[in-house]
Amino acid sequence: MILAAGSSDAALAFIEIGGLALGLAILSRIASRLGMTAVPLYLLAGLIFGGGGLAEIDVSQDFAELAAEIGVLLLLFTLGLEYSDVELRDGLRSDFPSGLVDMVLNAAPGVITGLVLGWEILPAVLLGGVTWISSSGIISKSLADLGRLGFRETPSVLNLLVIEDLAMAVYLPVVAALIVGGTVAETVTTVVIALATVGIILAAALRYGRQLSRLLLAESDEALLLGVFGVTLLVAGAAQSLEVSGAVGAFLVGLALSGQAEERAMRLVSPLRDVFAGTFFLFFTFTIDPSDLPSAALPASILAAVGIATKTLTGWYAAGRRGAGTNGRLRAGTILVARGEFSIVIAALGAGLVDGAELGALAATYVLITAVGGPLITKFAERIPVRLPRRRRAPAEA
Amino acid sequence: MVGHTVAVSEVREIKLPGVGVRHEFDAESGDQLAVLVHHDGRREILSYDRDDPDACSSVVTLSHDDSRTLSELLGASQVSEEVAEAQHDVDGQSITWIKIAPGCSAAGRSISEGEYRTKTGASVVAVIREGAPVPLPDPDFTLLDGDLVVAVGPASALDELRQLLEFCA
Repeated sequence: MILAAGSSDAALAFIEIGGLALGLAILSRIASRLGMTAVPLYLLAGLIFGGGGLAEIDVSQDFAELAAEIGVLLLLFTLGLEYSDVELRDGLRSDFPSGLVDMVLNAAPGVITGLVLGWEILPAVLLGGVTWISSSGIISKSLADLGRLGFRETPSVLNLLVIEDLAMAVYLPVVAALIVGGTVAETVTTVVIALATVGIILAAALRYGRQLSRLLLAESDEALLLGVFGVTLLVAGAAQSLEVSGAVGAFLVGLALSGQAEERAMRLVSPLRDVFAGTFFLFFTFTIDPSDLPSAALPASILAAVGIATKTLTGWYAAGRRGAGTNGRLRAGTILVARGEFSIVIAALGAGLVDGAELGALAATYVLITAVGGPLITKFAERIPVRLPRRRRAPAEA
Repeated sequence: MVGHTVAVSEVREIKLPGVGVRHEFDAESGDQLAVLVHHDGRREILSYDRDDPDACSSVVTLSHDDSRTLSELLGASQVSEEVAEAQHDVDGQSITWIKIAPGCSAAGRSISEGEYRTKTGASVVAVIREGAPVPLPDPDFTLLDGDLVVAVGPASALDELRQLLEFCA
């Protein structure tokens, strides 16, 4: 406890946390000047400062670690908040085949690379998750920045993000259960328990979401923020203690909220999320051993090149299914290239595994390349004047 | 008040998860237009590129107040008048507004001379002349060019009255 500690300890902790926050502020400022999201910069800063020992953090280490964990929960919570259950259902219904193509095309390169590198199956599966999930944060920002929200291929892009999020709700608890490990029978049991728990929370979220929203909806912003924060951490903690990933619990709480509570919670929690999630990204690369980086660079670059191609193909297919023309399909494909926050969340799950250190280094490099490259590539794709005979639009777009 | 059939194009609704809803329709000019309504109430007016029909060639973002200003300019008030008229059809009785067309025989003649109630079954309950209402006009009230006649009666009777006053039939 900071307050109970000696005043010199408290002073040191304040200075460390303050320095950390200011550092993040500067990076975020640079990022918005460059017109990009701050995640790659946070990761880069963590890599630079973590390994070189330029910023030694002692006293506040525990605090920062916990803050990073809370950052993950809030990231997933706001993700769940972003989409209503109706949007999830509609997205799944209309673009399920695209979601399937997305998973197969994009997870496979990661899994195969992990196995080729001689990793165990579990870290390879985690690498598959890293290469699979696009960054909904970067992509929705890019869509807005490039003025593409009204474009006709955009619904298929957004629906793919929705499906990926839902897939995460199944993927995360399963790998979390697998990480716990044990004999085959034990593993199967934990996976079944994990999925059952998710199912129960999901059903409860959909059934009692309205009541929960009404219960949390307080007059004052303060009460609403504290209520939402409390419920999110409580459910996440409960899920974690049942060996289900706490992040999924937070995601489902976000999903459950609706209406006015949802809108206000989004506005109130977003700043809090930015504080904690920034810490998470910085700390993720802080823990990476710089000696792992040179060996990760080559596979990460190859994987990134493959990942750019497979995501472009995915978007090409998804937009084509809804009758978009060549230009639209190219835009949809390239905008999906960016991987970000969730790839890091997945890689962080495997930090304690045998090949966890390599997984972390590879994932960080991979995310750096695709998160920075993705928005640039899609901006460039816009300039390619393809004027091929266009296909007729499918009559039912919704 | 000519042309009471309001031709509304088919508007397609496309949901954008996490963003809002896009309403699009094909304009008579062949252009494709859409309005994107964000969850937060912002609106975007989009027109699609003719060469690349998936992309927007112009995007105008409107705040809530901007949208109201624009809808006022586009004549939303006329539309609401039409709607109000339709809603006044209660128990088979409707109210309508009919403008005396210039050069019609009705202009310059009194209400009793026109024998409107006898001919059609609709009653003139008020006349709006140069913006000022004349409620319950006498039978010898003379109608003039540009008067707006407020009439009550069954819809079919009002249609017949419209034929007499507006189209000089």
